[in-house]
Amino acid sequence: MAFKSNVPDGSLSDKWKNYRGKMNLVAPNNKRRIEVIVVGTGLAGASAAATLGELGYQVKAFTFHDSPRRAHSIAAQGGINAAKNYQNDGDSVYRLFYDTIKGGDYRSREANVHRLAEASTEIIDQAVAQGVPLAREYGGLLANRSFGGVQVSRTFYARGQTGQQLLLGAYQALSRQISLGNVTMYNRHEMLDVVKQDGKARGIIARNLLTGELERHAAHSVVLCTGGYGNVFYLSTNAMMCNVTAAWRSVKKGAYMANPCYTQIHPTCIPVSGEYQSKLTLMSESLRNDGRVWVPKSIDDAKAIQQKKKKGIDIAEGDRDYYLERRYPAFGNLVPRDVASRAAKVACDEGKGVSPTGLAVFLDFASAIERYGKSKAHSMNLYDASPAKIKELGTAVIEEKYGNLFEMYEKITGEDPYKNPMKIYPAVHYTMGGLWVDYHLQTSVPGLFCCGEANFSDHGANRLGASALMQGLADGYFVLPYTIGTFLSGEIRTPKIDPNAKEFMTAEAEVKGRLDKIIGVQGKQSVESFHRRLGKIMWEYCGMARNAEGLAKGRKQIQELREEFYKDVFVPGDANEYNPELEKALRVADFLEMGELMMVDANDREESCGGHFREEYQTEEGEALRRDDEYAYVSAWEWTDTKDEPTLHKEELVFENVELKTRSYK
Amino acid sequence: MIVGSSKSLQTDNCQLTTDNYSKMKLTLKIWRQKNAKSAGKFESHQVVAEEHMSFLEMLDVLNEQLISERKEPVAFEHDCREGICGTCSMVINGHPHGLMQGTTTCQLHMRHFKDGETIAIEPFRAQSFPLIKDLVVDRSAFDRIIQAGGYISVNTGQAPDGNAIPIEKDQALDAFNAAACIGCGACVAACPNSSAMLFTSAKVSHLAQTPQGEIEAQRRVLGMVNQMDEEGFGRCSNVTACEAECPKEISVTNIARMNREYLSASLTSDVMK
Ligand SMILES: Cc1cc2nc3c(=O)[nH]c(=O)nc-3n(C[C@H](O)[C@H](O)[C@H](O)COP(=O)(O)OP(=O)(O)OC[C@H]3O[C@@H](n4cnc5c(N)ncnc54)[C@H](O)[C@@H]3O)c2cc1C
Ligand code: SF4
Ligand code: FES
Repeated sequence: MAFKSNVPDGSLSDKWKNYRGKMNLVAPNNKRRIEVIVVGTGLAGASAAATLGELGYQVKAFTFHDSPRRAHSIAAQGGINAAKNYQNDGDSVYRLFYDTIKGGDYRSREANVHRLAEASTEIIDQAVAQGVPLAREYGGLLANRSFGGVQVSRTFYARGQTGQQLLLGAYQALSRQISLGNVTMYNRHEMLDVVKQDGKARGIIARNLLTGELERHAAHSVVLCTGGYGNVFYLSTNAMMCNVTAAWRSVKKGAYMANPCYTQIHPTCIPVSGEYQSKLTLMSESLRNDGRVWVPKSIDDAKAIQQKKKKGIDIAEGDRDYYLERRYPAFGNLVPRDVASRAAKVACDEGKGVSPTGLAVFLDFASAIERYGKSKAHSMNLYDASPAKIKELGTAVIEEKYGNLFEMYEKITGEDPYKNPMKIYPAVHYTMGGLWVDYHLQTSVPGLFCCGEANFSDHGANRLGASALMQGLADGYFVLPYTIGTFLSGEIRTPKIDPNAKEFMTAEAEVKGRLDKIIGVQGKQSVESFHRRLGKIMWEYCGMARNAEGLAKGRKQIQELREEFYKDVFVPGDANEYNPELEKALRVADFLEMGELMMVDANDREESCGGHFREEYQTEEGEALRRDDEYAYVSAWEWTDTKDEPTLHKEELVFENVELKTRSYK
Repeated sequence: MIVGSSKSLQTDNCQLTTDNYSKMKLTLKIWRQKNAKSAGKFESHQVVAEEHMSFLEMLDVLNEQLISERKEPVAFEHDCREGICGTCSMVINGHPHGLMQGTTTCQLHMRHFKDGETIAIEPFRAQSFPLIKDLVVDRSAFDRIIQAGGYISVNTGQAPDGNAIPIEKDQALDAFNAAACIGCGACVAACPNSSAMLFTSAKVSHLAQTPQGEIEAQRRVLGMVNQMDEEGFGRCSNVTACEAECPKEISVTNIARMNREYLSASLTSDVMK
């Protein structure tokens, strides 16, 4: 098995250029004979499938959604980064590279991140050419905003619907390839296993979700673009159907899972309101451009708010603690996500939370409304505008920038955020961990590639805002279509793969066994109730703060829960029909194994870095304590059988271009 | 310093639920149908909801209840639960996505219903959206309409610099407003003719209003309208129920624009011949 990063030689800025210049190509006549399976049609998958189709490969694309347009990517709100330096504020490919490495707390691979920064600019060009309506200035040029963790304005956006517009762009490119016959699209098909022949990934077993039928699909290579696994926590900002199954099944076939414990907890989500809660809603981080985060200075004020005797606006300016501005004057409200989330936890742990649950902080737009109002009044030559007029003008500016987010907040909470400060709390949002891949985006199984959130590659221990869309599209449009060529150029003599070969039949029988086993339990508890319990264990022991004792406890509880699941889960209906409960059950079964590996990984990593905070490793001031001497590695876990202990493989990270420093946003 | 795993959001809420918010008893009249071939009927169920729940969380409660009685849960589709993926689709008290304007089913909250109320829930009904089960229908006709021309023909890597062609801010905004369609199909379900004009025109006008999309505008509108007819969607007779029920408030002015585009394309172009 291959476990080399395969980073090309040369200086950082030449590696990708040289690689493209020297790699083996597949001639057009050969491309037409080569089949590629792409699983997942979110940003990463749709862009990859479309581009591979354009290049002339025969592509089969799979999604469990009823249409590629519904992938979780559609929900991304805030924006996408690119080192265009259109604002002339000192941005560059190197700066985007550096910010991403630093933001990731020095736990990512330099060469991959630099390539990402290089590709970023082409993504914007491509999106504009596809007709993606990115925001514009009055002069007609593209607009930018800034996002957490950086000091330049490099984020491109389409109101609060950037993911939607970018995904529709990729979906339309994919639709064009479908209509041209270069891509065959399989909607409502869920991949339940990878099939290997002679050590190489050669196909998948997929379940037709409408009929329940198992299908064998063969190809020269398989690309997974199946998204993140944040739903292992049950409550997260991820769409309800996001899951780990495709990646997890690959782990069972020998792919390594890298850094599973790196989970991003996003600081600005709408707080939980009750036990029935099915998912959490993100309020885009772009709001921190204009919103100021605070809690009352005194516990008494906080109590009064918790008991609904006072509101945020009743607290005098001097009695508020704008704790991010106080603790991190250089970045203020724009500190990276992990820092902002932990700071909110500290404030609430001190009893200063501002909702009935005590688990919320304020995000306040009053200052921004006043600032924008004054500036607007000035530009309209209203030099003696009344405070009410200023507020009105300022509110209009805020509405134009964030109108849909404010509306969403009001729909969910029933409160008007123009009048009262928003209440927010951290929630699970993104998983930096994922399948281990080398520079080619190839997993440890030859022929099996992985793009987008499903791989571990670019964000280290913490992802900066507006970087996931960038990575998904960089992987799909500009990286994988090249790098897969290094594998496929060795396959031009490989005949069409036969889906009736014995490896396929065995894999299908195995999957059938799994389905029958889960349906056969006929116990008493619903799939949902197991998922909810798993989520609680994960959040309690592997959430915003972790320690050795808790992780051991958590691991044990998951093992017990898994055992209970196979004794007492109830799945109605049968396997040969449209059965959403069965779909859910299969996903939860895999979460029940993945969750355990996350505990193991979090326990192994005896340091605090990015989204991973070990209570034993913190500074006097409660900041994360990284331990570069011992932990500057990627943890790649091999775990084909849950009866054995997982095996750790370490990819030592080599930093030739940046100096490892303690992150400081003070 | 952060000490101890202290508060857990999820566990804390176990004790906290319910007392703070008022409960409501509801009667649901829900459409049940095993598949396209069998006949369907309304089934009545009682459910206790809380005002803070979303409509789909209320249905989750019903389904957990059914499962605990070892009955089949009600099949309904959903994913993002925040009004953007277009997956959720049901007719609530006669209105696709319910009565609230500019709101998808998943964004609808129970505080807009009354204790003791009876709520009727049905699938989106249209010949071109064949029923799959209960409240789930097949909307793949929409994908085929997009495949018939709802794109700009540009390959990866062929694009000039993003700022090469300035686009006037308001024009970009108009294009955006049309592009905001989530492909849910409520417009079709709302229309007495089951017409897909609002959906189709939203994509036609989005792309026609960008300089990059203008070039193929004629070919696009002919292809998409053709496909729309082929899928069996009805004609538009200006009822405008589609606009009223559209959760993204897509305007019927897009239909007028598409009609103009279609007319001029059929008169002047021979691209489809
Ligand atoms: C609310 C929210 C807001 C966000 N905002 C931003 C933002 O502003 N900027 C930013 O950069 N990032 C943002 N992100 C993160 C970003 O949206 C995601 O990381 C990114 O879209 C993931 O894209 P993807 O293509 O890797 O996966 P996804 O979009 O999750 O797509 C996964 C695809 O795989 C398919 N699939 C999965 N498993 C299987 C299987 N077994 N068989 C068949 N098909 C399968 C699914 O059907 C789907 O098509 C946000 C995330 C959330 C939750
Ligand atoms: S036009 Fe409106 S109702 Fe029709 S599919 Fe689009 S968003 Fe839904
Ligand atoms: S579930 Fe996504 S729009 Fe309703």
